[in-house]
Amino acid sequence: MHRSDFPLLAASPGLHYLDSAATTQKPAVVLDAMREFYETSNANPHRGAYELSGRATDRYQAARERVARFFGLGDPDCLIFTRGTTEALNLVAQAWGRRELEPRDEVVITAMDHHANFVPWQQIAIATGARLRICELTPDGRLDMDHMRELIGPRTRVVAFPHVSNALGTVNPVADIVALARDAGALTVCDGAQAAPHMPVHFDTLGVDLYAFSGHKICGPMGIGGLLGRRTVLESLPPWQHGGDMIQVVQDEFSSWNVLPHKFEAGTPNVADAVGLAAAVEYVDGIGLDTILAHERHLLALATDRLAAMDGLTIYGPPAAERSGVLSFTMADVHPHDLATILDADGVCIRAGHHCAQPLMRRLHVPATARASFYLYNDESDVDALMRGLQRAAALFAVAGSASD
Amino acid sequence: MTDDAVAGTRAAGVSARSEAIYQELILDHYRSPRNRSVLNDADVTITHRNPLCGDELIVYLAMDGTTVREARFTGQGCAISQAAASMLTGALRGGSVDDARVILASYSSMMHGDPASRDDPTLGELRALAGVARLPARVKCALLPADAFSRALDQFEERARS
Repeated sequence: MHRSDFPLLAASPGLHYLDSAATTQKPAVVLDAMREFYETSNANPHRGAYELSGRATDRYQAARERVARFFGLGDPDCLIFTRGTTEALNLVAQAWGRRELEPRDEVVITAMDHHANFVPWQQIAIATGARLRICELTPDGRLDMDHMRELIGPRTRVVAFPHVSNALGTVNPVADIVALARDAGALTVCDGAQAAPHMPVHFDTLGVDLYAFSGHKICGPMGIGGLLGRRTVLESLPPWQHGGDMIQVVQDEFSSWNVLPHKFEAGTPNVADAVGLAAAVEYVDGIGLDTILAHERHLLALATDRLAAMDGLTIYGPPAAERSGVLSFTMADVHPHDLATILDADGVCIRAGHHCAQPLMRRLHVPATARASFYLYNDESDVDALMRGLQRAAALFAVAGSASD
Repeated sequence: MTDDAVAGTRAAGVSARSEAIYQELILDHYRSPRNRSVLNDADVTITHRNPLCGDELIVYLAMDGTTVREARFTGQGCAISQAAASMLTGALRGGSVDDARVILASYSSMMHGDPASRDDPTLGELRALAGVARLPARVKCALLPADAFSRALDQFEERARS
């Protein structure tokens, strides 16, 4: 469905794009909005005392309001635009962690975290002497909530976790984790990169203190995403980058900071991408996240059933009905990179590797997996193509039980 | 032509392309790698990682003067990196350090698309990997063991000098 809305897909009829968990394709409405901004409204916002600059400022603000609405965030000033999830999580680890963490404090993350959440907290723990605690997984790739309960205690200062695992598609119980963290008085930070594109996220009722996302995984342009936060939390954080726009007064000896969201947006903002992102969430809302989720679940269930019937195939993560649109697998002794190359020859794009989750791969006892991920523009023909490619790989590598033709 | 027929034609053409890479010789080296074991009396041991895919290769050289007496490898990887490692051990064994340098340089040129290297007889079986040069995403897999053996030779020569 909707394939014709995407110029790249419309121009490539033989392409089976199954790597939307890495980045989504972009609909024409997003590309048009960005071009239209540059053609009609381009100026540096917040600075010029002329009408055109005012127009750029208005467009930037309108984009912020539209994206905030997408996330059920009542106060648009509590949406900080960043380059993406990685920058948003680094912002929190640096701004909050550097000031708040001390030796004996504990930072709780998970074994399924993307490096974008894992490494910033690991590094700030090393720098401050805080102790990093890692919540382990159940054999079927869920967070071990018994272990989470053991880990979260009086010394826990922050619990940082993914809403959805990028490598397994596991959807984590946000409310349960928030309840445990809140009882311990810990800050909660949620990596929403893999959730925001696929399911309704209502920040004001989700309960987490901070939530990070990437625009390019929601049909938006690369280079923009954001951090959503509670006002009290964001106001209490010091800035982490300094420069234009984020200051109030600069004296020779000291400076004071601008109000939200500007305090965290040093330098010329990424207005065109923000405008593109606003168009993207408008597009996604137009289809409806419930519709997208149901569509992905259908394709995921179909693909999971068909792959599970193949000899030598191992699928990772919880049952399909409990995952978002990610299918992580290995085939006997065929290396995932070889699978990806063979599938690529059929125009099937899948991911192969550690998915920026080496701690998870170690726990799965594999160096890498192959990952197919689905989005609103995929259909059953993409699943068919995936199956054809996998059967060909099985035959080529003479995986036991496969046809040799 | 029906849609199925178009898909069939495309798939057939594609198979030919893939098989150009995954030839029997390469798959044979992958399934039954030569010289894939720890070398306990190695003069040089190098661990080389591909940070993009996480694959790890350990190469071992045992020297007799400036002759490569034994070349082995262990570790995990895809068919391309494992087959390349297996073939390279065979190509390097018994030759001098200089011979090894020439082979590694020619192999590297072949992976960067130099047509002359594809006909270089000193590469032997390694020429079966020539098709990888057309897959930019996989060139690093083919070069992983070559880079590891180059570093091993560097280390051997550095030690010999000091």
